[in-house]
Amino acid sequence: MNIDQKRRIESVAALTLSTLAALAGMFWLVFILGDVLVRGIGALTPSLFLNDPTPPGVTGGGLRNAFIGQLMIIGSATLIGVPIGILGGTFLAEYARGTRAARAISILADIMVSVPAIVVGTFVYAVMVKPVGHFNGWAGAAALAVIMIPVVLRTTEDMLSLVPWTLREAAFALGAPYYKVIIQVVYRGAATGILTGILLSIARVAGEAAPLLFTSFNNSFLSTDMRGPIASLTTTIFQYAMGPYEEWHIQAWGASFVITVFILLITIVGRLIIKWRYK
Amino acid sequence: MADTVEIQAKALNFYYAGNVHSLKQVNVPAHKNAVTALIGPSGCGKTTLLRCFNRMHDLYPKNRYEGEIIFEGRNILANDVDVIKLRSDIGMVFQKPTPFPMTIFDNIAYGLKLKGITRRSDLSERVEKALKNAALWDEAKDKLHVSAYDLSGGQQQRLVIARALAVEPHVLLFDEPSSALDPISTGKIEELIVQLKHNVTIIIVTHNMQQAARISDWTGFMMLGELIEFGRTDKMFTAPSEKLTEDYITGRFG
Repeated sequence: MNIDQKRRIESVAALTLSTLAALAGMFWLVFILGDVLVRGIGALTPSLFLNDPTPPGVTGGGLRNAFIGQLMIIGSATLIGVPIGILGGTFLAEYARGTRAARAISILADIMVSVPAIVVGTFVYAVMVKPVGHFNGWAGAAALAVIMIPVVLRTTEDMLSLVPWTLREAAFALGAPYYKVIIQVVYRGAATGILTGILLSIARVAGEAAPLLFTSFNNSFLSTDMRGPIASLTTTIFQYAMGPYEEWHIQAWGASFVITVFILLITIVGRLIIKWRYK
Repeated sequence: MADTVEIQAKALNFYYAGNVHSLKQVNVPAHKNAVTALIGPSGCGKTTLLRCFNRMHDLYPKNRYEGEIIFEGRNILANDVDVIKLRSDIGMVFQKPTPFPMTIFDNIAYGLKLKGITRRSDLSERVEKALKNAALWDEAKDKLHVSAYDLSGGQQQRLVIARALAVEPHVLLFDEPSSALDPISTGKIEELIVQLKHNVTIIIVTHNMQQAARISDWTGFMMLGELIEFGRTDKMFTAPSEKLTEDYITGRFG
């Protein structure tokens, strides 16, 4: 066997192995997504969105409470997490740029991104549920916000660092104070990147169940009171999928479908924005 | 041309963070309504000197000035000088065009708004005047409200000049303003600079000696942080007093 043949065999072997590995990965992804989409679409009925749950056996129940609760929790988490994340990222990229503290916070934020969500849930349970004595929606929003903050903070930091220094110097050279340079020039330059980071951080928390189980828990009735337990899609999926009733299973598929499509859409919009801005 | 000095560095020393002694006892005047060119090999300190005039070095920690820069009768290196006010009196144009991510109109209005001018009619008037002064009005008048990034590189550089002119500075600093541009755009910028000197005092750093010879009235030659020679441009380029200047100008090094 000469060296040419040997190379060809090695090349074919490497190609085959990497293709198989890619297919193996893709298989499960397509299987899971396909299963959710196919079985979920059948569960989509108007009553799923318009009605509250009914006792098992009574038909016509829906998950209106969970949809509304989910939106309230994610909305509040975004309102808490995004400003903190953006301001923190601004501090790191602008005021503390290049300092050891900035690098340390940056690395800590990277670690925070991969801290298991359930750890965040138990932590918030200890500080916001235990002292009050009952589960509450604010605790759920806070838990999701804690997960969002490092994501938003790091993207903001990265996006601000991409804005060329000469642009800041040009604004300074016109006699602008630093806060105006940041707000009026740097933020504009980084706006799409920061927006993408926000969207991806929402997508990151939208599918979390574990932190909510410890904080906002669940509620079989429609409640918009963030001071008490409040329903969410993810905890409902958990409860319904584990439950014994067939109609619960169907509704869990429907909820899974909605949340999957929601995350998919946000992710696609985020990617489109990146593509549109940096083409 | 009245030969009054508009701004003058006296025994100026400058140290970058970590005590890098980058300017050594520099004495250089810039005459009113004239173009002063700073030339010299890379790393000679000409850009460092230029950035002293609007205290750009203040943006970075641990930079240190020694000596004086006299402007309008006072030392602008003093601690109690309002740097923000100073920078609206002494504008700067950079090597690469630096339009802000906003419309052409908003780019020019930016400096005006910083100065507290907010009435729409005042803004329009001054934006138009600035664009005319920067010879960009004819090309830009129909697209004032499109993004500044839609302009070509040369147009962007004239936009940036218009933006600097809009706040009516007394001195305008140019840091190699045409080194990133094609020859035609460079020609337009040079023409513009020669016209502008009737309203504003200009100091320009350039790598291009022909450019210095074409547009400047005074030239300073720098090397290793020192000002080797300063004089009338025509004299500097025909009969320099220093051997080093002659060697540099005739292309023997640098």
